[in-house]
Amino acid sequence: MSAIELSNVSRWYGNVVAVNDITMTIGPGVTGLLGPNGAGKSTIIHMIAGFLGPSKGTLTVDGRPSWENPGVYKILGLVPERDSVYAFLTGEQFVRATAKLHKLPDLAGATRRAIEMTDMADAADRKISTYSKGMRQRIKVAAALVHDPQILLLDEPFNGMDPRQRIHMMDLLAKLGTEGRTILFSSHILEEVERLSGTIQVMVAGRLAASGDFRAIRRLMTSRPHVFNVRTSSASDDRRLAAVLVGRPFTNAVELSGKGLQVRTSDFGAFCGQIAALTRDNGIALRELLPTDESLESVFGYLLSDQAN
Amino acid sequence: MSSLFNPVVAALTFRATLGRRRAVLFAIPAVILIALTLVLRATHPAAGALWPSNVLGDFGFSVLLPLTALIIGTSVLGAEIDDGSAIHLLATPVPRSSVVVTKFAVSAMMTMVFAALPELIAGLLAPHSTKLAFALFVGALVGSVIYSAVFVAASVLTSRAIAVGLLYVLIWEGLLGNLVGGARILSVAHYSLGVANAIDPDQNLMAGLTLATSVILGTIVTIGALILATRRLSAFAIKGEPA
Repeated sequence: MSAIELSNVSRWYGNVVAVNDITMTIGPGVTGLLGPNGAGKSTIIHMIAGFLGPSKGTLTVDGRPSWENPGVYKILGLVPERDSVYAFLTGEQFVRATAKLHKLPDLAGATRRAIEMTDMADAADRKISTYSKGMRQRIKVAAALVHDPQILLLDEPFNGMDPRQRIHMMDLLAKLGTEGRTILFSSHILEEVERLSGTIQVMVAGRLAASGDFRAIRRLMTSRPHVFNVRTSSASDDRRLAAVLVGRPFTNAVELSGKGLQVRTSDFGAFCGQIAALTRDNGIALRELLPTDESLESVFGYLLSDQAN
Repeated sequence: MSSLFNPVVAALTFRATLGRRRAVLFAIPAVILIALTLVLRATHPAAGALWPSNVLGDFGFSVLLPLTALIIGTSVLGAEIDDGSAIHLLATPVPRSSVVVTKFAVSAMMTMVFAALPELIAGLLAPHSTKLAFALFVGALVGSVIYSAVFVAASVLTSRAIAVGLLYVLIWEGLLGNLVGGARILSVAHYSLGVANAIDPDQNLMAGLTLATSVILGTIVTIGALILATRRLSAFAIKGEPA
């Protein structure tokens, strides 16, 4: 049972802090590292993989520091985000070369197993230079899996994959997780993490904003205040709709402006579920319903401010 | 040394280096040297002519050897670090010392083929220069080894290895090495010429160092560069993008 432990880990570049005082333990199963671009996810993955040293704090993989310790790659596989592989090799040659570098006793068996696991058998004899981005991603995963590592790190593994490949990769990672391996992947897409991992670590601006069970964090995300811009067919209808909404339990505030009204709600689901029926029942023509501030950054920012409070 | 040489890393390096577009550049200085030799042989065939030692010594050791070694030495590892493919090699339990030594060995071998061998061929084509040809060939073999260690180390130490290497070859070796005697003790070209001159003493080679000095300094520089490169690669960090 291999675990990754970070204790008060920080990493900075000059005077820019990329990762700020992170403490987390990642055990067997699939864990998602979620956060917007620039949150520090790749920095965390690179530090765990031994390709960056922490500026402060301690980081161990299976009890040993990964920084300046190539021995860690006996139990760890890395799938980097950067799409650079030895493009002059075929997929099979690339995976086999990796198996040789690991000095595996059964080169052919390990290579075949890794290629089959990633559903790349049909394309294994083609040069990597002819692969699509998704296929390159899968052959990188095959190479990372060839030595049957206990820990697998994947930096944005679903980038460039089509929906079918994405589902296949998710199923593969889920299977690896249930086998007792420690799988850590980073993503900035909520749905990817939601589908794949029960446990998530949410990073925002280099800090750990939330950690733990996905469903609990998801509830935190959906119960945050939401703001909608609403426009009807006339100013009088705007006023009537405002009066209707003010009496509803999900409404926090309604503000009228020359361009319609702005509604703040603490219950995203109830508001979205009832607004259409309310306007119809009151004979109001709804022209526009726009959620504002729905970017992932704002969701994560809310979590961070919530944690600070 | 043999346990440090990894044949899988070597095979990948050969294919990656020769497959790149810049591989065409490897042969250009060699072609120029041989073409120049053929032209001079046709126009100045007389015995006792000075041009063989001038052309083979000056052009061969000031241009052909260092530039070929620079292009190859900075390609074998530096190009993989630049394009990110090195991470697939470094994320394995292969000791970093083994990676450095293997890359160095491949660079030295390729430099011998693209610089030392053409030096020998040009020497044999030049009139009445057989002994000089073998002397320069041995000197170029030695130079291939030392330059490779220096340029492989430079490619690990800086992302501007080619610029740094060019400055070293043109300013330090080409200018200061010929004007200031002390600069020669840190000149790989003069280590190579020192070895060649010991085999076939020739004033026109302008060798500024003795054989013993050349061998001792060349050994120190080679081993030092490899140790430095290994230490740096052991702490290899992916360039991060600050949050």
